[in-house]
Amino acid sequence: MNPDEFILSMLVNNEAGVLTRVSGLFARRAFNIDSLSVGVTSDPHISRITITARGDDYVKTQIVRQLEKLHDVKIVELMPTTSTVMRELVLIKLNIAQKSRAGLMEAVAVFRAKVVDLNNDSVTLEITGERSKCDAFVEYLRPFGIAELCRTGLTAISRGRKTLKMDAESAQHN
Amino acid sequence: MKIKGAEMVIRILIEEGVDSVFGYPGGTVLNIYDELYKHSDRIHHYTTCHEQGASHAADAYARVTGKVGVVIATSGPGATNLVTGIANAYLDSSPVVAITGNVACAAIGKDSFQEVDITGVTMPITKHNYIVKDASRLADVLREAFTIARSGRPGPVLVDIPKDIQQADCDYEPKKVTPVTRTCTNGKEAFAEAMKLISECQRPYIYTGGGTVCSNASKELIELAEKIDSPIGSSMMGLSAVSHDNPRFLGMTGMHGKFAASQVMAKADLLIAIGTRFSDRATGNKIEFIKGKKVIHIDIDPSEIGKNIPVFVSLIGDVKAVLKKLVSELPAGNRKDWHKEVESIKNCPDNRLEMPSDTVNPETVIHAVNRHAPKDTVVCTDVGQHQMWTAQYYHFAKPRSFITSGGLGTMGFGMGATMGACIGCGKKKTVLFTSDGSFHMNMNEMATAVSNQLPLVIVLLNNNTLGMVRQWQTLFFDKRYSNTSLERRTDYVKLAEAFGAKGIRVTKLDQLDKAVKDAFAAVGPVLIEAVIDQDEKVLPMIPPGGTIKDIIVKA
Ligand SMILES: Cc1ncc(C[n+]2csc(CCOP(=O)(O)OP(=O)(O)O)c2C)c(N)n1
Repeated sequence: MNPDEFILSMLVNNEAGVLTRVSGLFARRAFNIDSLSVGVTSDPHISRITITARGDDYVKTQIVRQLEKLHDVKIVELMPTTSTVMRELVLIKLNIAQKSRAGLMEAVAVFRAKVVDLNNDSVTLEITGERSKCDAFVEYLRPFGIAELCRTGLTAISRGRKTLKMDAESAQHN
Repeated sequence: MKIKGAEMVIRILIEEGVDSVFGYPGGTVLNIYDELYKHSDRIHHYTTCHEQGASHAADAYARVTGKVGVVIATSGPGATNLVTGIANAYLDSSPVVAITGNVACAAIGKDSFQEVDITGVTMPITKHNYIVKDASRLADVLREAFTIARSGRPGPVLVDIPKDIQQADCDYEPKKVTPVTRTCTNGKEAFAEAMKLISECQRPYIYTGGGTVCSNASKELIELAEKIDSPIGSSMMGLSAVSHDNPRFLGMTGMHGKFAASQVMAKADLLIAIGTRFSDRATGNKIEFIKGKKVIHIDIDPSEIGKNIPVFVSLIGDVKAVLKKLVSELPAGNRKDWHKEVESIKNCPDNRLEMPSDTVNPETVIHAVNRHAPKDTVVCTDVGQHQMWTAQYYHFAKPRSFITSGGLGTMGFGMGATMGACIGCGKKKTVLFTSDGSFHMNMNEMATAVSNQLPLVIVLLNNNTLGMVRQWQTLFFDKRYSNTSLERRTDYVKLAEAFGAKGIRVTKLDQLDKAVKDAFAAVGPVLIEAVIDQDEKVLPMIPPGGTIKDIIVKA
């Protein structure tokens, strides 16, 4: 990750419009989102949003404090890169015939990617990992001609026993 | 108990202690209006001429009373007409609950008649908003809306209620109102550090803002100033927290602040900023603004700390609670040299920019009102030069007596706001300072003021131009007066009379006192048109992005 990049994890009410509130706040305060992933947690009322963004300490602090003011946001945390497991999933479609696939399967093995769909004239690959690994894999594939590429955006979780927990009051509020 | 959603709205309003609401009926709020009809003994609804007027009225009502202001509008155009008022309340942190009707849930998303996604529209200008699609949630959502509006840093909350939810059966169980707890959240270290900075400084300056007014902390603020022997300056939103005649009070700072207030602030080595957000209009050049000083920032909203200027120590919490704690723990200080310096700045000629006393001009007009208005009179303004002159010359003596559009600078705020303020202060005489541009924006509300016989004294400083813009054109655009000389031919006296109000025109100084006196003696609204010069300026002025060194004291 770049030195000015950072990861935010937050727990939010799993309600209509919450994503708009969060992304709208970024737009309104002129902060950029590099990637965003969202999904429900083990509690069906609560979703987790992971955002990667860039900026200095000022931007970081402002983003966290402004997000904390949103009623639907229960907790926001900056994830320290050294003690966080970060993953992203990328799907890549290459529309190439069988005979031009030399070297491809080797790369799939080296990067621990997966072939998830295979045809005479197309291959779809899946890779999961940290951003840099995914980037490297994508770069390697470019010469083959990438027909389509989708990235989920980064998701992140702390190492060890630490979890992202709402305090009792905001849990009750829900 | 089973009741309909629309009745639930009224029940919750009553629970929350609401006795006055502002609004305008329409198709999707018919059910709510039917309940208002049935409960008119408990809640008085004021129907304005336009929803914008109602939204400003609710905002001003909230500022005068400290309670939550309520505004109701129908879906579509009714709801969008609230937008400016909601944004205004948001930027000035005013607790307002806006209730809108919407088309029935099944019709949502179909571009039905008068359907607007008002929660989408108001998302960036509300503290929070809701669309209620489950009748069983209605009561709690409404209660939560009030709690959010008045807690922490207050602000507007919108609740959008589709028509079928208003007609649905709901279970009502009375509940006690959630009280707002006033706390300070900082640990010992921050307090210790703040106390250290205060004890060590030579030239403290207390800079107070709207947060002090909203937290009812005037007493504590003055106690702090006495204890540490400090002068006080104020942002525009902070005016009225300290009485104009308090010897420590230097007046408003910022773009059109008093010379001494800005000059003393520039010389201070410690700025104690209380409930203020360092808006660009207040600071000018931010780097120069804090050069040579340390800053203690007291605010209830953590996101304000360091947002606009870097801060040495922050004390997060309700201003009143924080100040109480500071005052009780700080040792008394005595700063004779600083005191002397402040006095000499106060007495310098640049701090006494007086307009001629023998003409009808902003200062003589405002002083006439100073003479005739009871001390606790609430004074509202529109936006422009007249607003700044009011901030500079009016003698505010009681907290919550100055109601103005600060953050949004909304021309047209005045008429609605003055009605809301008047109702909020028990229908005592309430003053509006306005001018021809702003007044034309929402003068329709004269009709509302007349219908309700509200005792408004409307003082229209008629310079026959969009004065504030003209001033910028004079100073920064080589007098190219693009679209600011409106050449209106409005006869304000006839206009007032046409609405059923009283109108008085003042062109000569000897008419002024009588006009103001008569206006204060009259029943119902009175409009005084005071004709002033087109090129009257608001001075001093620190140009945008400038510093105290750039201050313009003469035009
Ligand atoms: C709704 C709105 N539109 C435009 C402006 C920009 N603006 C700021 S002050 C001003 C002129 C105000 O004129 P008037 O109400 O006559 O007051 P004066 O400055 O003459 O006292 C204008 C146009 C504004 N603040 N609000």
